[in-house]
Amino acid sequence: MTDTHSPAYARPERRLLPQPTAESAAFWTGGRDGQLLISRCRACGHFFHPPGPVCWRCRSTDVGPEPVSGRATVAAYTINRQPWIPGYPPPYVVAMVELADEPDVRLITNIVDVPLDEVRVGLEVEVFFEQWPAQPGPDDSPVWLPLFRRATATVGGAR
Amino acid sequence: MSGGPFDGKAVVTGAGKSQVGRRLGRTGLDLTIEAVTRAIADAGLSVDDVDGIASYPGPGVPDLGFSGASITEVRNALGLRSRWYLSSTETAGQIGPAIEACMAVTLGLANHVVVYRSVWESTAQAGAGRASVLFGGGTVSGHLEYTGPFGALSAANWLSMPAQRYMHDFGLTREQLSAIPLNARANAGLNPDAIYRDPLTLDDYLNARMISEPLCLFDCDVPCDGATAVVISRRDAAAGLPRHPLTVESVGTGMFERATWDQRVDVTTMAAHDVAATLWEHTTLRAADVDLAQLYDGFSFLTVMWLEALGFCEHGKVGPFIEGGERIALNGPLPLNTSGGQLSGGRLHGMGFLHEACVQLWGEGGERQAPNSPEVAVVGVGGGPVGGAMLLSTR
Repeated sequence: MTDTHSPAYARPERRLLPQPTAESAAFWTGGRDGQLLISRCRACGHFFHPPGPVCWRCRSTDVGPEPVSGRATVAAYTINRQPWIPGYPPPYVVAMVELADEPDVRLITNIVDVPLDEVRVGLEVEVFFEQWPAQPGPDDSPVWLPLFRRATATVGGAR
Repeated sequence: MSGGPFDGKAVVTGAGKSQVGRRLGRTGLDLTIEAVTRAIADAGLSVDDVDGIASYPGPGVPDLGFSGASITEVRNALGLRSRWYLSSTETAGQIGPAIEACMAVTLGLANHVVVYRSVWESTAQAGAGRASVLFGGGTVSGHLEYTGPFGALSAANWLSMPAQRYMHDFGLTREQLSAIPLNARANAGLNPDAIYRDPLTLDDYLNARMISEPLCLFDCDVPCDGATAVVISRRDAAAGLPRHPLTVESVGTGMFERATWDQRVDVTTMAAHDVAATLWEHTTLRAADVDLAQLYDGFSFLTVMWLEALGFCEHGKVGPFIEGGERIALNGPLPLNTSGGQLSGGRLHGMGFLHEACVQLWGEGGERQAPNSPEVAVVGVGGGPVGGAMLLSTR
């Protein structure tokens, strides 16, 4: 644990789960190998999200999922206080994080294992994955949700 | 006034509203017919004179009272002979179909189009949480695929993040933001149809339950049952009608970035900024000419976005602009959301703002009539990646 005051993250009883499509399957299952897979354009080199069949910047269709570092920065956040989902009680932190590899790419995620009053814009975070069982559907793979916690190892930068 | 995208040909000739309330127990179609027939009568027309009909969102969306009645249901119920009709969700906000009706009358595809929006969410969702109704199956898809797994199911979550970042970057405070819901409540107290009419104080606001920080209960609008409608006519077809026709001076329909809640380059702006840019492109009128603003307040922060997007203040400077609420008060220079908005008046979902703008321009606001006798009104509707705007005048 990085902080003794932190309420240790406990996996909720229930989350609403994606049913991966041909386009989103890599994003939801990269965690099987510990990889955060983000769509990248091989023509212009930029990452983009959510996944799709074409690069919105240069319109190349030479696109596909590639691993990123998993490092990111909190761009904006909210502490959700409203119970929306039975089995997933508040409070919890929902954040937009900007990927270190491509700050224009933001993921909606949860920041966990950080005290609520220490979450802030600019906080450096890193990905980890939470596996959930397969949902009935065309693709019955389990999914690995990318969640973020305070970055531990620092590469040439202060925490 | 001539000029603008419709060259002065598109005018509003009537407006109508159904009973509005909580858990009225009436069907969406029933409420819709009430609003539509009142609007048609208000314009001095009969159903047989109306040859166009348009609405948001139409069928094909999860119901739960979000779509009160499709145009097919309304056409069939009234025996309405339409020469032009349309419903859409992928359009310039909840007033997009009204903008398209302006195009239809200008082009001569119809003479008089009745445009409505109806909801019966309060009745349809009574007794069950919206989330439990919507997501009972345990899975999420569409744009919720990327938010729902993280417990971000509501627009309250999606919008509280840009609100947090805006407060962080520009120093907007909750005290300043409170001017939006407090102003809405003060105006609702003068509107007999509003849902919440009891006075609301700054202390009430600051002590309210948080929904998704920094947004509290009073930053979120209230679901209701109700329908609103307007009649949009071509000016030459409106000759001899009882009401002074309101000119649609301009419309805003821009959408320059990907329509998402989270990938916009500057997260402290929204579709509203693109919409406003196109609204002003089409007219020589300017923000300084506007006497009355009806700006979407599904969440208080959205009104903030509209105010700065439309140029009433600079980007990032909305805190000092609304602080204390004098500028936006009923007797101020820019009366805002004079019916109580959706925050206190009820979530009529966009069209309520167009309806109220018309009522005020006709000088029929009763106790809540803006004392500055407004001649130019702006209506901005939608939030996040959704937005549309109209500029109306008595000229």
